[in-house]
Amino acid sequence: MQTIILYIGRDTEITGVMNRLLNARPEWKGICVCTDEEAIEICQTQPIDLVLLGNGIDAACEKALRAKLTEVKPGLKIIQHYGGGSGLLYGEIMTAISQDF
Amino acid sequence: MSQFILHKENTRGHANHGWLNAHHSFSFANYYNPERMHFGVLRVLNDDLIDGGMGFGSHPHDNMEIITIPLAGAIAHKDSMGNSAVIKSGEIQVMSAGTGVSHSEFNANAGEQLNLLQIWLFPNKKNVTPRYDQQSLDVAASHNNFQQILSPNADDAGVWIHQDAWFSLGNFDEGFETEYKIKKAGNGVYAFVISGEVTINGQVLGKRDAIGIWDTDSISFKANTAGAEVLLMDVPMELN
Repeated sequence: MQTIILYIGRDTEITGVMNRLLNARPEWKGICVCTDEEAIEICQTQPIDLVLLGNGIDAACEKALRAKLTEVKPGLKIIQHYGGGSGLLYGEIMTAISQDF
Repeated sequence: MSQFILHKENTRGHANHGWLNAHHSFSFANYYNPERMHFGVLRVLNDDLIDGGMGFGSHPHDNMEIITIPLAGAIAHKDSMGNSAVIKSGEIQVMSAGTGVSHSEFNANAGEQLNLLQIWLFPNKKNVTPRYDQQSLDVAASHNNFQQILSPNADDAGVWIHQDAWFSLGNFDEGFETEYKIKKAGNGVYAFVISGEVTINGQVLGKRDAIGIWDTDSISFKANTAGAEVLLMDVPMELN
């Protein structure tokens, strides 16, 4: 069964890399967007398991995003992704899906 | 009462990609060990051997303080901020990835292996403006002394980063003893033995062994062999 992961980051290059990394593993399906509106729409229409908050999301946007996404999907796991690449990605996702939030 | 955790050399994660032989003190890339996720804000300590002329093509980073210390050889760095530099053994490089930066890293010498430590710390502030710096280390000052090579302060010794962390490097004569005082309440120290044998807080450590110590104000240190070299990473134990 695939874990469906929504990545949100403002930098288009990093978002492209994250899209490639997340979809390189058969056990993950990655959907990567740059805007909060796209993220909310995807969360409303797709069975998202985990949200990764990437680069450039300021504190106010993060607060609003977390509130909206958990309103759309109560209990949704939302974590910060650090590093912008493959270095920490596997560990972050494995930790998130093994923990009860 | 102080607490500690030992990370012996042979318990590190290992990935041999041919051109890259990497040892990971904490979970990194495909190495995942839930018991080895971080020591405070210290998230990555990679000990990389890179073949001549080989390296990492352009790749992005964000929201991480990335410190590179070549132990042998030299690394050629280029980034999207316009920096192009070679960092040699005896120097330190720092990059605050912040909102996002791309860079490439290659062994600068075709006929020589490069050995480097790459260290990633969680920043104390997200989405900072990316920045880059490199400095020569004062090798003489690190003889029988934990010489500061990194701090949170731009006007202090060494490079600076967006985190309340201090790194010190020392090279010691056999039998030399000293005490290291932790710089900030709430910080712990992760001591990584680059070479030789030392005793830290009563624990004997060999080459590439490490010990993390917290809930204390200071640590005791003794060099058991000549030329023992140790990197101390004094870092906040609380994640931001």
